[in-house]
Amino acid sequence: MASWHVATVVELRDETPTARSLVLEIPGWRGHQAGQHVDVRLTAPDGYQAVRSYSIASVPAGERVELTVEVAPDGEVSPYLAQVASVGDKFEVRGPVGGWFVWRPQQTEPVQLVAGGSGVVPLMAMVRRHVASANGAPLRMLYSARRPEAVIYHDELSRTAAGELTYAYTRVAPPGWPRPAGRIDAGLLAEAAFPPELAPTCYVCGPTGFVETIADLLVRAEHDPSRIRTERFGPSGGSR
Amino acid sequence: MGIVSPGFSGRARSERADLPPGQYLTKDFPVLSAGPTPRVRTEDWEFTITTETEQVHRWDWAAFRALPTEQPTVDLHCVTRWSKLETTWEGVSLDTLLTDVETAADYAFVHSYGGYTTNLPLEDLLDGKAWVAFSYDGEDLPAEHGGPARLLVPHLYLWKSAKWVRGITLSNSDEPGFWESLGYHNYGDPWREQRYWGD
Repeated sequence: MASWHVATVVELRDETPTARSLVLEIPGWRGHQAGQHVDVRLTAPDGYQAVRSYSIASVPAGERVELTVEVAPDGEVSPYLAQVASVGDKFEVRGPVGGWFVWRPQQTEPVQLVAGGSGVVPLMAMVRRHVASANGAPLRMLYSARRPEAVIYHDELSRTAAGELTYAYTRVAPPGWPRPAGRIDAGLLAEAAFPPELAPTCYVCGPTGFVETIADLLVRAEHDPSRIRTERFGPSGGSR
Repeated sequence: MGIVSPGFSGRARSERADLPPGQYLTKDFPVLSAGPTPRVRTEDWEFTITTETEQVHRWDWAAFRALPTEQPTVDLHCVTRWSKLETTWEGVSLDTLLTDVETAADYAFVHSYGGYTTNLPLEDLLDGKAWVAFSYDGEDLPAEHGGPARLLVPHLYLWKSAKWVRGITLSNSDEPGFWESLGYHNYGDPWREQRYWGD
């Protein structure tokens, strides 16, 4: 845990105009849980270093770890990862970090995921782990994005989670969309999420304001607060 | 020096003596917590200190607010790497709260409304180093930042400054709290960069 590993970029995939997935090869990587993150350390030619945390998007698969990084406005590390790094580039990573915001295949209760923007990344790791482990517990995702082009993993989600997935577009909805653009409210949550009687574990990830709002709505809908797990992206470039 | 990334330049270098290693400055006040924000009304609030001999000292909001207060200006360092300097608070010093508490315990286990816990040596709460704070920047402490009252222990990473604090149990043995059980350092000194287990 305490030591840094050298990661090599082996594959890059544009997800949206502002988000990119990086597949890393990390010799010595010992695996991770869905929902955990890594610290990434970049070193400039003059020795200056910056470290930020990024959620892991992939299921455990040997020494390969995939991150998806959205460019943060005024970000220091995210523009390099999302726009500059090329295949073959190396930097350092450390982790996995975080043992609370995780989903394990042994869990048997329903799983409710609520994503705001690039907060979908650790939740995607849970969807992928859920599919890969053939876990029989029901899983649903409610995904809030500004506009259709901003949706990360759109095609994969359509294939693997189509019937269990609800999008909420906050700025621009696609033509003919049944709901006007707007934020997730109590009505949509009641419609799209598992009811509290089914006692789902709820995972909420996104910007601070989003997470505060959703967690409050879930509590008011009488979900057990101890079953609501949150992960927040700070507004100041702490991009977890 | 680590592996150099030629395409990475980083921000303007700002070596500051008041910034612990690996931290960067922020002007806003990010919120980090593991679950929903508990909403505790001051009418229902209470704070207890329980000693190793199970003596319980209890304050309701009125009794707590009748205690003498201090107005510390302190720097905050979050393990997620942001630091915020010269923040202004009002709170009751732990020295005041512990005045009539007889104890020979070495450790404090802090618990909060909502179930959060954290642990630290009792001496880190003494000698003007820690407060139960109820006001931030001249205003009542907002719930998302731990109101009505939170622990403030600014010389350790901010997860030790338990939001929505409800009580402290003093003990002769050290018991890891919430994040301390989940991979984060047991003590959490930002100046020694004690972020995770093994640091």
